Amino acid sequence: MYEIIEKKPQNADVDLLEILAPMVAKNAKPGQFLIIRVDKNGERIPMTIVSHTETTVTIIVQKVGYSTMLLGKMQKGDALEDVVGPLGMPTIIRPVKKVLGIAGGVGAAPLYPQLREYASRGSSVDLIIGARNRDHLILKDDFAAFCENIHIATDDGSIGTKGFVTDVAKRLYETETYDLVIAIGPLAMMRAVVELDKKHGLKTDVSLNPIMIDGTGMCGNCRVSIAGKTYFACVDGPDFPGDDIDFDELLARQNSYREEEHICRIKLGDKK
Amino acid sequence: MQTQDPLIRNHNFNEVALGFSENEAILEASRCLQCKNPTCIAACPASVKIPDFIRLIKEKNSRVAYDTIYKDNVLPAVCGRVCPQESQCEGACVLNRTGRPIAIGALERYVGDESLKCGECKDEKIIPNGKKVAVVGSGPAGLANAASLRRMGYDVDIYEALHEFGGVLQYGIPAFRLPKTIVESEVLRLEKLGIKFHKNVIIGKSLTIDQMKNELGYDAIFVGTGAGLPKSLGVPGEGHSGVFSANEFLIRVNLMKATPAMDYPTPIRIGDNVAVIGGGNVAMDAARVAKRLGAKNVFILYRRDKSSLPARLEEVIHAEEEGIIFKLLHNPVEFIGENHQLKAVRCEKMELGELDSSGRAKPVGTGQYETFPVDSAIVSIGENPNPIISKATPGLETDRKGQIVVNNHQTSIAGVFAGGDVVLGAATVILAIGEGKDAAIAIDEYLKKI
Repeated sequence: MYEIIEKKPQNADVDLLEILAPMVAKNAKPGQFLIIRVDKNGERIPMTIVSHTETTVTIIVQKVGYSTMLLGKMQKGDALEDVVGPLGMPTIIRPVKKVLGIAGGVGAAPLYPQLREYASRGSSVDLIIGARNRDHLILKDDFAAFCENIHIATDDGSIGTKGFVTDVAKRLYETETYDLVIAIGPLAMMRAVVELDKKHGLKTDVSLNPIMIDGTGMCGNCRVSIAGKTYFACVDGPDFPGDDIDFDELLARQNSYREEEHICRIKLGDKK
Repeated sequence: MQTQDPLIRNHNFNEVALGFSENEAILEASRCLQCKNPTCIAACPASVKIPDFIRLIKEKNSRVAYDTIYKDNVLPAVCGRVCPQESQCEGACVLNRTGRPIAIGALERYVGDESLKCGECKDEKIIPNGKKVAVVGSGPAGLANAASLRRMGYDVDIYEALHEFGGVLQYGIPAFRLPKTIVESEVLRLEKLGIKFHKNVIIGKSLTIDQMKNELGYDAIFVGTGAGLPKSLGVPGEGHSGVFSANEFLIRVNLMKATPAMDYPTPIRIGDNVAVIGGGNVAMDAARVAKRLGAKNVFILYRRDKSSLPARLEEVIHAEEEGIIFKLLHNPVEFIGENHQLKAVRCEKMELGELDSSGRAKPVGTGQYETFPVDSAIVSIGENPNPIISKATPGLETDRKGQIVVNNHQTSIAGVFAGGDVVLGAATVILAIGEGKDAAIAIDEYLKKI
């Protein structure tokens, strides 16, 4: 069993959990994810590994569907039925001078270990972080430890610019230039960032979170079409260069199940 | 052997074949001629001493019958159900001359079930030899390999990537052909033998082969990770919602227990009209599962004719009885969708031409097309080995299909062995069991030499 050794609520909808899982922690690298089953009938839920120690892994959970809400009910000291990983390919850290991270909602969680890795390798890192409101902004202080400039966008304007992360990016691109943009958040947000960046001649890496079951390349549910070729997000990703991703197809697949539709709608930054 | 009524069973997941009663088993066993040179044994990939166990059934000694099978095959209750006996032991039975070979599979199942009924555990004396071996994958190859090694005295750890043990027996074969309680009981039995089972460990990710050798100190490693990577058709529209791989569909239902009733949190939605593409056993399983989930029209699209179907005849007959429609000589060329939601499958009508390299008549396009409206399509055209281990293990040689290259189960890395579908490509449970057993002998010989 996998004990929850720390639980830190980030806001009403989002919890940070540190879980004892030595087999997952041992080889974990930035960009990789794990899969959790809360109880013995549970769904397999993929979650990005935000950070890890030698024996524990930290994840950030947005309570939006049945299974994540069930996970949200678990307290420090409780044990989870299954935790498996690390899954997926580690992020390819590119040798660049200046990186812009763009996070939407809980997309800040998977973005955090990547940007931290860039910073630790000497890249200069800026961040645009978007959320529904002031309360839903997560990891801001953690990012502040290594980001040079942090720009905030909220839906209600309770902190930072009122509007989308792309509104902030548009303005930023008038004066700043970057070697690479990493955008992680709802699909519609990542698509909007990729489209904007293309206009500015910028390359965008994204991290995909399609529906998955096993997470080891067996089921093919997480398939994604990139420049006409099929990739499995679980084993080939979850990070991909964003330029040639068929986001329309991905959005349709993401919406195959009502629960996922629900998740998509309320994920922050997604106004669809 | 009696079966559930087709029109009742196509609405439930209970076992189709009901098994022999004691009397039926004894009666059937009495027909065995006890050949001096048994052709059935030679035709069994695990070389089970078939006439011996049949004689013991006749003598009402199913316990010793079980011991007899167990020596060569640790999973009689499983193999009795899922082996293609008609092309192995039963196909070789001399009584085929009379048109009624011995129902060896049904008898093996009877022996396996009897032993499970009384909760019997093999009370074997294991003499530890102080060496430890890791087995990667808890499917048929891994279980057979682990059992054989354990009985030779090795300390054995089995690592499984998923949250349940049994591999394809758990995620792939539906409960109406192989009840999951049987798989669980067999695993429990092996646990009692002293084999240690570890779930949620992905070799190549959680642990590398190198770490297993150098940090955990395994003297040898057996890779029996099967063939779990679904092949795709490579036709337009395969990315649409509503197109499943058979793996996804069966994993949802078998492993995650998805039902339209949402009794379990993992969802499934297939609609009324379901096309299953392919003609093998997995395609039959997928079609029959779709029917049981409530689909009104389930049809198989297969590009050759009926006699070329690779599925076991019994599975084809069962599928037909349950109302599965066979649209033969149809080759899917496109999945048609609206807003990336599947709406129809377009097929080219085929005819059979000259024999191809597989010895079967090659399907040739006629230039005529037919489009079938569907709510979902399940692609079931085979599997390749999962590449996680080979990608993560420098020096582990694979062929162009991703199958691990071996010489008497020894891979290109010293001390690392492989067997089953990861070497053979998708094959049968019993072949994997045979491979696991043979690989154990190879591992034992290797470890005795070093």
